[in-house]
Amino acid sequence: MAAPLALLLIVAVTIRAALFRTSLANLISERVEVVSPLNAWKRVVEGLALLDLDISPYSGDVFHETPMVIYLFHFLMDYAEITFMLADCLTAVALYLAVKDYNKQVFRKQKFALEADRIPMDCLELIRSPTEMYYIPLKVAMFYLLNPFTIVSCVAKCTCGLNNAVIALFILSTMRGGCLIYGLFTVASAGLYTKLDFALLSAIFLALATYHLSVPDLTPNIGLFWYFFAEMFDHFRLFFLCVFQINVFFYTLPLSIKLKEHPVFLIFMQIALIAIFKSYPTVGDLSLYMAFLPVWNHLYRFLRNIFLVSCVLLACSALFPVLWHLWIYAGSANSNFYYAITLLFSVAQILLVSDYFYAFLRREHHLTNGLYLKKKDGSEATLVLK
Amino acid sequence: MIAITQRHVHDAAVPPLAGDPPAADPPSPPPSKDDFQEELVIRPLHSGDIYASFQFRTVWDADFMGDQKVSHYRLFPKSLGQVITKFSVRELHISFTQGYWRTMQWGQPYLPSPPGAELWVWFQDTVTDVDGTWKELTNVLSGIFCASLNFIDSTNTVQPSASFKPLGIGNVTDHSFLRYATLPREIVCTENLTPWKKLLPCGSKAGLSVLLKSEKLFHSTFHSQAVHVRPVCQDPQCRTTSMELRQTLNVVFDLHTSGQGKREWSLFKMFSRTLTEACPLASSSKVYVDVTDNPQGEQFELSPATPLLTQAVVLGDRRTYSVYDLTQQASFGSSRSLNMLLRWKNSHNNVVPPVMLRPLLHSERYVAGYGLQAGEIHTLIYNHHPYRAFPVLLLSAVPWYLRLYIHTLTVSSKGKDNRPSYIHYQPSKDRERPHLLEMLLQLPPNSVTEVTVEFERALLKWTEYTPDPNHGFYVGSSVISALVPSVVAMDTNSTLDRPLFSSFFPCKEEASYFMRVYTEPLLVNLPTPDFSMPYNVICLTCTVVAVGYGSLYNLLTRTFQVDEPSPGLAKRIANVIRRFRGVPLL
Repeated sequence: MAAPLALLLIVAVTIRAALFRTSLANLISERVEVVSPLNAWKRVVEGLALLDLDISPYSGDVFHETPMVIYLFHFLMDYAEITFMLADCLTAVALYLAVKDYNKQVFRKQKFALEADRIPMDCLELIRSPTEMYYIPLKVAMFYLLNPFTIVSCVAKCTCGLNNAVIALFILSTMRGGCLIYGLFTVASAGLYTKLDFALLSAIFLALATYHLSVPDLTPNIGLFWYFFAEMFDHFRLFFLCVFQINVFFYTLPLSIKLKEHPVFLIFMQIALIAIFKSYPTVGDLSLYMAFLPVWNHLYRFLRNIFLVSCVLLACSALFPVLWHLWIYAGSANSNFYYAITLLFSVAQILLVSDYFYAFLRREHHLTNGLYLKKKDGSEATLVLK
Repeated sequence: MIAITQRHVHDAAVPPLAGDPPAADPPSPPPSKDDFQEELVIRPLHSGDIYASFQFRTVWDADFMGDQKVSHYRLFPKSLGQVITKFSVRELHISFTQGYWRTMQWGQPYLPSPPGAELWVWFQDTVTDVDGTWKELTNVLSGIFCASLNFIDSTNTVQPSASFKPLGIGNVTDHSFLRYATLPREIVCTENLTPWKKLLPCGSKAGLSVLLKSEKLFHSTFHSQAVHVRPVCQDPQCRTTSMELRQTLNVVFDLHTSGQGKREWSLFKMFSRTLTEACPLASSSKVYVDVTDNPQGEQFELSPATPLLTQAVVLGDRRTYSVYDLTQQASFGSSRSLNMLLRWKNSHNNVVPPVMLRPLLHSERYVAGYGLQAGEIHTLIYNHHPYRAFPVLLLSAVPWYLRLYIHTLTVSSKGKDNRPSYIHYQPSKDRERPHLLEMLLQLPPNSVTEVTVEFERALLKWTEYTPDPNHGFYVGSSVISALVPSVVAMDTNSTLDRPLFSSFFPCKEEASYFMRVYTEPLLVNLPTPDFSMPYNVICLTCTVVAVGYGSLYNLLTRTFQVDEPSPGLAKRIANVIRRFRGVPLL
């Protein structure tokens, strides 16, 4: 399995290197769908230029990265492209290894359940075989590396590629370590301060936290926040800010209670919900949870809306640049057009996530209660959520 | 002095009554000496327009910085005096301008000013809270001048670190006491002229200020009125200071709009009034007409003729002026009114009109790029001196909603990179302070220097847009300050009768002069949200969030169950009764 993975890595690096050499690289790094004020490469360069002028990058409102990024790129400025390609490859390899471990665990649990006769007889078609699970890690790596969202995110040198690498390494260490840690992904991507004295550290942390939480920058992106807070009535601003920020995090506890036996699915749900509801989302955040989709291939028969969702996602991805151009450059559309597409995109993602959640829960229900269920009078039953 | 004369007159007018006890005069403080001068300079421009510049100067030997309270105001306006004492102002410069000064067509103005309103103030070093004092000062000035200076707040105030050094005396160099703000959108109209005229000792009733009629003054291409207050030395040793107040009004009348296309200018044509007397409170009241280009009267004819001629070096150029002294009764002639007339002769004889001296320092600024996402600001600075390079200080204050990227700053002269020797950059903070960029650039001789910086346009909250959001947002003028070496005054090859020992080094008086050039203000469009949509947007976004919440809530709180059809109403009631009876249910 190492050879196909190596081949995949080579193909991915070639595509990215080719795109770096074209003029598309500059074009893509300006797109608001791909970069946000938090993770744009232009802002990293600006922060380094301010540092050269002996001005703190945090004194203005242009630089919102962690100090680690400054230190990293202070030395790696000339090798930036290689750094981002390496980060993507690292993410893919980490996900590959993590999913491989997960598959082993799943197969082992399934074997124990079969030997203990806990699975009803008519559920044999739901049992997974090693042959079908053999290529899943490779598919996961492929879904991540060859996803157009990931490619444009890397070519734009968006630092969410680095964030994704950190999260993937965290997931790998979770799988290997075997202990379950919930909801620390955001801290992992925002933390890792080094070598700073405490006062400066707390000032920087306060500035970053205030920026993340109070959403002062209303630059359009693919999320829901920007237009909402651009059009918000002033006296309700604080209330809705709190509501939206709580909304990102408060699914953690109920999800962990419901999915306490399925940590990897929990991680997938968490990443997906954060990617949908965060203040400044970009397509790079989407590509991380979409990489997990091959792991749930076996849920395909229980998915209800997958065709609709994939059509809507494709259509929205195509319409985003078109309507942006019409609003900003042609002047013939206005901001409502772009906003409508962000609404559709968010609804499609929510449907995707809830559809997979439904399918997962339904399969678990069938594994305990049998696949072909009958009503009391013997006729074929339908399952509903009550 | 006039004050003492008046007191003698007063004493003589009241006859001492017999039987009055001899009243001892209470010792009064010596009256502060103040002095008022007024002048008008008329300069015909090469494009056929005419430039009139009024200056009213009051010098008052009062010590505002001392402990003694100043309470007896005579020529100095009380409103300004109280403002200066209350806010501990050392220097105050405020100008209101309508129109843009066209340097290449008109030459250099005597006192430059940017379009809109500009205010810069040096506070004394006894002020503890400069920002709070600045805010109060702008509000009070807003009331005095009937202008909307209350829009000056922290988002358009900057603290220059090298430009705007004090114009008066004083050795305070701590720039934390300096504040500078412009309002490029501010419009000047009669409401601003009236309180400005009220500050003059003679009001608009006597002297040169009778010419200041708003219907003619605002029907012009360029109109600028300013107030400058600064401390000056009282005597050559400069042991004590006086406060000087200069009120200036510059106006340019257009040949075609005000002059009806005919190149003939008179006071009556320009101001619809003539001069009848000098201001009685003025110690000097003069009108100067620039006749440098007309030495033998071949270009235009000036009437009434005047024998007085004076020369002055202004902006590095030696100019000749015909002078009318209004304090002399002879200036008004038999008709008791003075109406200067400049009539141009037809140039059918071979008289070549003199070439205007090309301004040595000139600048332009524009926005490049397309679309509402990003753009570039280009500032071009021209050095027209044939052989001398000189440094200039460029100050740009850009509002926070145009996010500048300082790593894209490029300065190039003659196609080559030109690194500034001093850069001071203060990045902006959203909704708190603007960008401040100050650079010291060396301009090579006879060259164009281009300063380019990229920016991104921000989307603002819907309440932060002006009522006409598609008009655009104004960016205040950049300021270029320089000591320009003069061409004309620097005559290295002069053979005039001067001893050799004094003419080796090429430095005469006024060999280099201080100049400030303002660029155009910029008008930039920002992307706008739809202003009719706040309620709809809130509803739609909350709907999407609710869809997510709802589906997750369903999946988290409900379990899968087999769908049993619910029994009819009769059966359900029967089941309830059966349960009470303890009998098995249907």
